[in-house]
Amino acid sequence: MELFTNQVLAGIATGAIYACMALALVMIYQAIDHLNFAQGEMAMFSTFVSWQLMQWGVPYWGAFLLTLAFSFAGGIVIERTLFKPLAKAPILTNVAGFIALFAIINSVAGLIWDFTIKQYPTPFGSSPFLGSQLISTHQAGMIGVTVLLLIALYIFFRFTRIGLAMRAAASVPESARLVGINTSWMIALGWGMAAAIGSIAGMLIAPVVFLEPNMMGGVLIYGFAAAVLGGLTSPFGAVIGGFLVGIVENLAGTYIPGVGNELKLPIALALIVTVLVVKPAGLFGRPIVKRV
Amino acid sequence: MSAVQEAVTDAPAVEAVPKRALTLGTGTSLTVLAALILAPLFVKNFIIFQMTMLLVYGLAVLALNILTGGSGQFSLGQSAFYAVGAYTSAILMEHAGMNYALTLPIAGLICFIFGFLFGLPALRLSGVYLALATFALATAMPQLLKLGYVEHWTGGVQGLVVTKPDAPFGLPMSQDMWLYYFTLVITIAIYVFSVNLLRSRSGRAFMAIRDNEIAASAMGVDVALYKTLAFGVSAGITGVAGGLGAIAVQFVAPDGYTIALAIQLFVGMVIGGVGWLPGSIVGSAFIIFVPNIAEGISKGLSYAVFGVILFLVIFLVPHGARQVALIAQHLLGKLKKS
Repeated sequence: MELFTNQVLAGIATGAIYACMALALVMIYQAIDHLNFAQGEMAMFSTFVSWQLMQWGVPYWGAFLLTLAFSFAGGIVIERTLFKPLAKAPILTNVAGFIALFAIINSVAGLIWDFTIKQYPTPFGSSPFLGSQLISTHQAGMIGVTVLLLIALYIFFRFTRIGLAMRAAASVPESARLVGINTSWMIALGWGMAAAIGSIAGMLIAPVVFLEPNMMGGVLIYGFAAAVLGGLTSPFGAVIGGFLVGIVENLAGTYIPGVGNELKLPIALALIVTVLVVKPAGLFGRPIVKRV
Repeated sequence: MSAVQEAVTDAPAVEAVPKRALTLGTGTSLTVLAALILAPLFVKNFIIFQMTMLLVYGLAVLALNILTGGSGQFSLGQSAFYAVGAYTSAILMEHAGMNYALTLPIAGLICFIFGFLFGLPALRLSGVYLALATFALATAMPQLLKLGYVEHWTGGVQGLVVTKPDAPFGLPMSQDMWLYYFTLVITIAIYVFSVNLLRSRSGRAFMAIRDNEIAASAMGVDVALYKTLAFGVSAGITGVAGGLGAIAVQFVAPDGYTIALAIQLFVGMVIGGVGWLPGSIVGSAFIIFVPNIAEGISKGLSYAVFGVILFLVIFLVPHGARQVALIAQHLLGKLKKS
């Protein structure tokens, strides 16, 4: 039983990261109807930036906030320069654009910081949390930061004017434009926030997977799995999906013989394919009906 | 999120390519063919090897082109099919002692079945979902190959070493040169097959689905059958390419077939021009030679160069090499007049 509780808690901790990634993916998907295949690489690059800041002597939380600002600005710049002109292009062109972005960021990060694996600090320490053996302080910190982030986002989207405008621009762009919302900038804002949320995921997971240019590959796939499970049209679903995927991943790794570490990515694949086949809209998404 | 159902009218996934624009004229085709036959007589073995790989990747890009340019479906998971083909050939040659030429149809067949089966769920997925599912497939493939259960066959992390075949009938050729001509014959056969496929009833069905799925089904096209068929054919050709690649490289290992390979093939298709079959070889040349040049400038830079060029292509010449060829033709015409 203790093993079970332990694995569920560990699952919730990694699930928090998947939830952040899924949320970032869904925010961009809501805004432009495309999946950002470069989300993981953007998060990785942000994490490297925060590491570099710490190398220069900036304290952890200072680096954390500066990185958030950098990622936010970076997301907006990427949208304005690269993806705004592609808004009306076929899906293929957009997918190609994301793949190109993926390649560029990965390669540039390797060029600047090389491909050796680096330690990444955690501000929470890794001692047992509150004296219990079930969960470490870093895992508790991961969950805590994510929960704070989710509360902040909820308040932002629910109670602020600009949050309302962003929701309007995402769900009915034409009507939103008619009531005077600058939908184009709302999309850019969505990109900026997605990049910032992704950077939080990167900075929280880096002490676990270590810092290197390919660190987010697996995390991104799990983020996709989480987003698909929760429904690509539902930010709330994406978060729930993230926690569920984290728990499933850990339990499958513990209890199904032969799965262990080497099969973890195929689990995500199986999850994605199953959800898409059985319930393409996901748990909380709304089904899309096409007009002929 | 309420139960309000939104009406969506999608932009087409891929821009329509007219059927006549799929291939080259006879004269140009023969010139290219002659160049491909004669070139290896004048160059070193290493360059012959690179030309073999050019054809191999050309085949893989061609396969993706049939899927995307033909039927309008996406795949970021071609590396998975390539890997299955490569491993099928390698295992049959090394464990069953089979002749290398015989392993290729088997590799193609197994990949056809694999692709067909993977295409079944793909029926329910369109556009970006399909890209996502295949992306996950490509990411998971190396781990599946390293799996303990199949390690006895696949050699696990170490992979398998494949013996390079000698030229038969005592022909006075180096191994590399023989393999090149062998690959060339297969490539031409598959190219002719693909061109004819796209001109046939099935090809027209693919294109109808690509341009408007609902209209296609209203005209009586069996959408489910042709979508999976396109997936199967594409995977089958990729499998043959994978088998040839394994024989040429003489080695298979899980880390040779990562998502990076899938991205390269995708880039090759976009550079060559989606739906333009001869562009496959242009795209293939790009993915083989550009990284070498880029690595020469700075190590680790090759992907950045890939990405930047891809963006340039998207923004400046969205139809890739086909568009460049058309512009060149146009300019030549002008020069002749003046």
